[in-house]
Amino acid sequence: MKRTAMVLAAVLALGVLVWAQSALLINGAGATFPYPIYSKWFDVYHQKNPKIDFNYQSIGSGGGIKQVTEGTVDFGASDGPMNDEQLKVFQGKRGSAILHFPAVLGADVPTYNIPGVTAELSFTPESLAGIFLGKITKWNDPAIAGPNKGVNLPANDIVVVHRSDGSGTTYIWTDYLSKISEEWKSKVGKGTSVNWPVGLGGKGNEGVAGLVKQTPNAFGYVELIYAIQNNMPYGRVKNSSGAIIKADLASVTAAAAGAAKDMPDDFRVSITNAPGKTAYPISSFTWLLVPAKIQDAGKRDAIKTFLKWMVTDGQNYAEALSYAKLPKEVIEKEKKAINNVQ
Amino acid sequence: MKGVGPAVGSRSFVSKLRDGDEIARLITFLFAASVVLITVLLVYELWINSALARDKFGLHFFVTRVWDPVMDEYGALPFIFGTVMTSTVALLIAVPLGIGASIFLAELAPARVSDTLQFFIDLLAAVPSVIYGLLGVFIVVPLMRTVIYPALNKPFGYLPIFKGPSYGVGFLTAGIVLAIMVIPYIISVSREVLLSVPRDQREAALALGSTRWESTWKVVVPFAKSGIMGSIFLALARALGETMAVTMVIGNTPTIAASLFSPGDTIASVIANQFTEATGDLYLQALIALGLVLFLLTFVLNGLARLLIVVTTQKGSGMGNQ
Repeated sequence: MKRTAMVLAAVLALGVLVWAQSALLINGAGATFPYPIYSKWFDVYHQKNPKIDFNYQSIGSGGGIKQVTEGTVDFGASDGPMNDEQLKVFQGKRGSAILHFPAVLGADVPTYNIPGVTAELSFTPESLAGIFLGKITKWNDPAIAGPNKGVNLPANDIVVVHRSDGSGTTYIWTDYLSKISEEWKSKVGKGTSVNWPVGLGGKGNEGVAGLVKQTPNAFGYVELIYAIQNNMPYGRVKNSSGAIIKADLASVTAAAAGAAKDMPDDFRVSITNAPGKTAYPISSFTWLLVPAKIQDAGKRDAIKTFLKWMVTDGQNYAEALSYAKLPKEVIEKEKKAINNVQ
Repeated sequence: MKGVGPAVGSRSFVSKLRDGDEIARLITFLFAASVVLITVLLVYELWINSALARDKFGLHFFVTRVWDPVMDEYGALPFIFGTVMTSTVALLIAVPLGIGASIFLAELAPARVSDTLQFFIDLLAAVPSVIYGLLGVFIVVPLMRTVIYPALNKPFGYLPIFKGPSYGVGFLTAGIVLAIMVIPYIISVSREVLLSVPRDQREAALALGSTRWESTWKVVVPFAKSGIMGSIFLALARALGETMAVTMVIGNTPTIAASLFSPGDTIASVIANQFTEATGDLYLQALIALGLVLFLLTFVLNGLARLLIVVTTQKGSGMGNQ
């Protein structure tokens, strides 16, 4: 009995020792939206490189920015790029810059529940802004009916549904509305939470989807991945070239490709309302946030090799989880930028 | 100091230490003190971490209706309103139901029925709030839209509290779900208190010729009044601070409206919703300031309720305190 206990203790101690010695633990925290692909990547990467172990906490983009600024994690992750003020704070606290690395792409789609309407609706930027500003209140408003000829839209009041929790999804949606509507830009603006002119709030994609499904004449927005995985019907949106586009992985990647030409060197770019005939207009990158200076050489090399793997082999795992891949142009640019981590 | 009476005081400190009395006193004192310490620490933390917001908005925070993270303008009024409104609705429904049920269980039901039902009530009290939220989303919300709203809006629609459209979610829905959540607390505690009323009180009333109901309503219930009030405080505290279930059914729109059908928002639910993505310093601190407001609100409401007890027991039959 005593002997068994001793052997057990020895094995345990050995196990802890081996684990502690072999795995280099790299901590990250941030956005929840890319969590499924990140955990897949970290898992696959750990299997290939057993000496490197990633620990990622999906605490939200705001939390990710905060933690990486405080230096409590090795990297952060965010659905929206850090603003100039946040960059300054980071520089002041950590003594180096922070770099943005696009990981994958996501998109928002409009979803609705109109009794008697089964057709796939098309929306113009004007109608989306009008509905969310509370100016278009009926489903049969000419702004909505215009591009949906042949669909019998009822004269019912639109019930607008938005996210109640702070979220990257809301950031993308309001960023888009700010670009296409001057009034939205000046009255509401963009952010992970905003002061909504109208509507009900649902917590999470599932909260918005639940409210839309339950409430007749409701209109809301959810993440593309959520809509795909739950077989939800969603509308098409007219892009900046005038083409009416249904969101899918290809049209989201196309939006990033369209924006790639004007990509700034720090990758902090919004690709909503991107140019390109096939681009879906309400798309966005999600970023990993990595400090430009990492003191620990082991961690630095591990993060850099991981980033290289992420933009090459790693991209092949994206579509199975319904994330859109990065376009080639962005990947090439990113490969060079990885060398800026020192 | 240490001696309680002359008999106890004559023993030396050392002998009391040896007996364990003094040690037990010290340890239990520390336990009791930790409650105060935690409360003080909590307020301190909330106070320190909301300095930016307090400096910027001051007392205007309480009366500002805007909550705009983009423009960095924050006010607590719609959330205070929503918190008070939903808790009031919840108590208006839960208190009569809960006390009625506890009187039945303690006084009128056979012991076996009472114990069995008590088992289920304890079970209800232990159900996580997210389950009540789901119950709200899948049962109360559709019911509200299809049955309760037409039933109240058609005949009473001219009253401000039943005016306007209904989306299923809103103050009334949140109040109903909260009521369902707090009823087990009221029943459980009130039943215990009623059961602990001495037998001779009942027997005396019966001997004087009162009916069973008269002895219950005029003697037992007043005797247990402060305990029953205690159960209502507990219910109120839970209703004020409830987060998950409320968020799921209130509509999360910071509005101030008289209509019970209007969507709204509460302090606890806006904190839970926005805390994780609050990036700006002022934004985060405004949320923490809201936490401070909730603490204050709980404090004030509890104080008012206690005052109510003091006033009513003085006016009451004189048997109020046990």
